[in-house]
Amino acid sequence: MKEEMKEEMKPEEIVSEYKYGFNDSETAVIRFDKGLSEQVVRDISEIKKEPTWMTEIRVKAYHHFLERPMPTWGNEEMLNNINFEAITYFLRSSGKTATDWDDVPEEIKNTFDKLGIPEAEQKWLGGVTAQYESEAVYHSIREDLEVQGVIFLDMDSGLREHEELVKEYFCSVVPYTDNKFSALNTAVWSGGSFIYVPKGVHVEMPVQAYFRINAKNMGQFERTLIIADEGSSINYVEGCTAPAYSTESLHSAVVELIAHKSAKIRYSTVQNWSNNVYNLVTKRGVAHENSTIEWIDGNIGSKLTMKYPAVILKGQGSHAEIISVAYASEGMHQDAGSKIHHLASNTTSNILSKSISKNGGRSSYRGLVKVSKKANNCRSNVVCDALLLDEESQSDTYPTMEVANSSFDIQHEASVGKVSEEQLFYLMSRGHSEQEAMSMVVNGFFEPFTRELPMEYAVELNRLLEIEMEGSIG
Amino acid sequence: MKPKKGSLLEISNLHVSVEGIPIINGLDLVIELGEIHAIMGRNGSGKSTLANVLMGHPAYEITDGMIYFLGEKLSELSVDERARAGMFLSFQYPMTIPGVQVGNFLRKSVSAVSENKLSAKEFRMVLKDKMDVLQIDKSFLSRFVNDGFSGGEKKRMEILQLLLLNPKLAILDETDSGLDIDALRLVSKGINSASKNAGCLVITHYQRLLDLVKPDIVHVMIDGKIVKKGGPELAIEIEKKGYDWLEVIV
Repeated sequence: MKEEMKEEMKPEEIVSEYKYGFNDSETAVIRFDKGLSEQVVRDISEIKKEPTWMTEIRVKAYHHFLERPMPTWGNEEMLNNINFEAITYFLRSSGKTATDWDDVPEEIKNTFDKLGIPEAEQKWLGGVTAQYESEAVYHSIREDLEVQGVIFLDMDSGLREHEELVKEYFCSVVPYTDNKFSALNTAVWSGGSFIYVPKGVHVEMPVQAYFRINAKNMGQFERTLIIADEGSSINYVEGCTAPAYSTESLHSAVVELIAHKSAKIRYSTVQNWSNNVYNLVTKRGVAHENSTIEWIDGNIGSKLTMKYPAVILKGQGSHAEIISVAYASEGMHQDAGSKIHHLASNTTSNILSKSISKNGGRSSYRGLVKVSKKANNCRSNVVCDALLLDEESQSDTYPTMEVANSSFDIQHEASVGKVSEEQLFYLMSRGHSEQEAMSMVVNGFFEPFTRELPMEYAVELNRLLEIEMEGSIG
Repeated sequence: MKPKKGSLLEISNLHVSVEGIPIINGLDLVIELGEIHAIMGRNGSGKSTLANVLMGHPAYEITDGMIYFLGEKLSELSVDERARAGMFLSFQYPMTIPGVQVGNFLRKSVSAVSENKLSAKEFRMVLKDKMDVLQIDKSFLSRFVNDGFSGGEKKRMEILQLLLLNPKLAILDETDSGLDIDALRLVSKGINSASKNAGCLVITHYQRLLDLVKPDIVHVMIDGKIVKKGGPELAIEIEKKGYDWLEVIV
């Protein structure tokens, strides 16, 4: 009976949680005033007792951030509404990073309970690092990973314990000069994951981290760096949810991946920021000879997302896979896509992008495939499918190709579709309400993405979409 | 007019239009539980319109007449409510639902229409049983609903749903079209099995299905009306003589 209850959990029970959020009263130990200055940047670095070189990068990045104009693509109107002075740039939610679940403050545990974190504790997980506000408060790693020499830390600890590695790779894939938000992140970053997989080591189980914004006007500026050494592999999974707030929040992360010769990195994200969050993230990986980088990227929430996971195919025979989905509802703009740079010969890439727009939401695919002159016999396959659920919603596609080598082979397909009346009729004739029928079609549309996720994420994503379909039927 | 007590389906003076064009023009039909009714007629005579309007397709407008299903006014029920009340339509052209696996879809559909919830294990057992009847391989379950299915596979999928959903009224819209003789035998076996506890409305062009699924009553439809009603022998007569001789009667 109990089991059945769980299985049959009513969508409204879930939606009420999301609708009202579940913010615990803040338990911040150190909290900075709102706004940003060089002093704030230096203070963040000092509190963390960082080496001078990191402080200097932060300060340089801060000045670059000030000088750098806003991007002129995506959604300028929304971007210009961000009030950088109204954001708190650093907040430490507990005195120290917990290594044992028992040390995690009760209030924070409650929040994680609602997010289902205990499930992530299950044996099959490679480890959990949960980002609460600015810093990781909980971190665990299975012993067998440690034995294999895998480093899995929050980024702050990574810098403390493996300074040389961090120094070598930090900003090597995404320099702070890349864009305004990578500059901001570099100036004020806090938390995120640091992973190093030694030569030949395969981390079979997905390694997971959860992120969540909990404090009003709290920006999250996590910084993640994953290095897979020669012949190694890792599957990293990150899920984001956030409670709804009336004031604007900013999430501006930077993720850098380095896949050395014959290594493989898969980085999966499902983000469900509340619909007032600006989600401006720079994700990029560099793939060396015969290596593979895969971005599995799901964008369900936020007010504005601008995110274009990128792979630089630097080594011969390297491969990139980018599978992304975007869901935009009322007041939301998902400007997502992908970038591939074919710098070396015999490199290949596959891009699959799917978007759903509903209630006046807007999804844009913005993609770049670039092939350098020296890169012979490269191949790329790009597929973009958009599904519009009503007349008011919008979908745009902005594919760009810059091809300097004539041996390049590219396939590009794009489609825009609607849920047909006949499909709904067919499903309803099998006893499903119009809403359930719509959910089925929508979940089916995202299936090529969902099947790439670990089971629990797939289930959560399908539930989220079911909730989103509520009230979508006139 | 009040429905007869106990009638499964009662249609009186039904008029239906699609985009303002009249398709059904005064049709009467009563089906009782346990009866198999066949409707024969040329293309465009309104047979499929009748099937769709019974199931509640939104494009079809009832301009006059009444339909009672189990004593209830059918027009007051939405499509899914009709399904849950025990109506089933085997589609002439079943829809493709990409990304939705057959196994999940069947499980969800069974749980949508039935009051007694089966456990996952019970469901698997029932499913295996029905799939065996129709000689459907279990690899079907992980394919997407009707996606890349051959014509025969689609029809067998429809009959599998018929067997699983266990309706009180089964409407079969040209389920025999495009089937080879082996598939036709399997499908007929399915229909016969389902008809034990249900009323059946079998829409077809051909006698060959009616050799395998014995109708109690055969109706001939021309221009949106039933012009002749008879026993199984009527179907044989039509097979020999076509429809022209009936048009004279109209």
